Amino acid sequence: MIDFVLPIALGLFSLSLLMNLFRLLRGPDVVDRILGLDTLNINAIAVIVLAGIAMDSRLIFEAALLIALMGFIGTVAMTQYLVRGDVIE
Amino acid sequence: MGIPVWLEAVIAILLLLGALVAALGSLGLARMPDFYMRLHGPTKASTLGVGCTLLGSLLYFSVSGEGFSVQEVLITLFLFVTAPVSAHMMARAALHRRVQAVAKTTQPPRELGRGERNK
Repeated sequence: MIDFVLPIALGLFSLSLLMNLFRLLRGPDVVDRILGLDTLNINAIAVIVLAGIAMDSRLIFEAALLIALMGFIGTVAMTQYLVRGDVIE
Repeated sequence: MGIPVWLEAVIAILLLLGALVAALGSLGLARMPDFYMRLHGPTKASTLGVGCTLLGSLLYFSVSGEGFSVQEVLITLFLFVTAPVSAHMMARAALHRRVQAVAKTTQPPRELGRGERNK
């Protein structure tokens, strides 16, 4: 049953990655692009987790944790740069 | 595999539900008319969708593999703590840049507070 569901879930997540990429490239303001990039990060974590189930390996989850960390730090740094004009004061 | 059928069904439903909800959130990100509406889709729906996927993965690896799997709990906790923070900071950046809302918004976004305006 899981083998049947896994390709469907991966396809849906690929579709949402494409929609995020559309917003990242098109976004009328910089903030839209930041939002698209943040969502791209979150969906990439889910894709990595699904790949971990498909390959039946747990090692790949460290990469997902790292991507979550880096995505959050990147979003905070970019918004901080927009608001304050500087990242580290 | 040693997984019971009903547990496999639960995992499959969780994975499918998570993917559907995340796709709906990304659809909202792609199709909504202005930034303040677009902020709703990813920060609520996508987080819930990824949470469902991580819960399914947690069940799968806890039952099939060796012992409880901790990484998913870490990722889920981290996502659920940081998603509201980053949404708040993006909304603040949008207010700071005076991103316009759609004209028929009944309560348009106000200017930032006094401490921010005098900078």
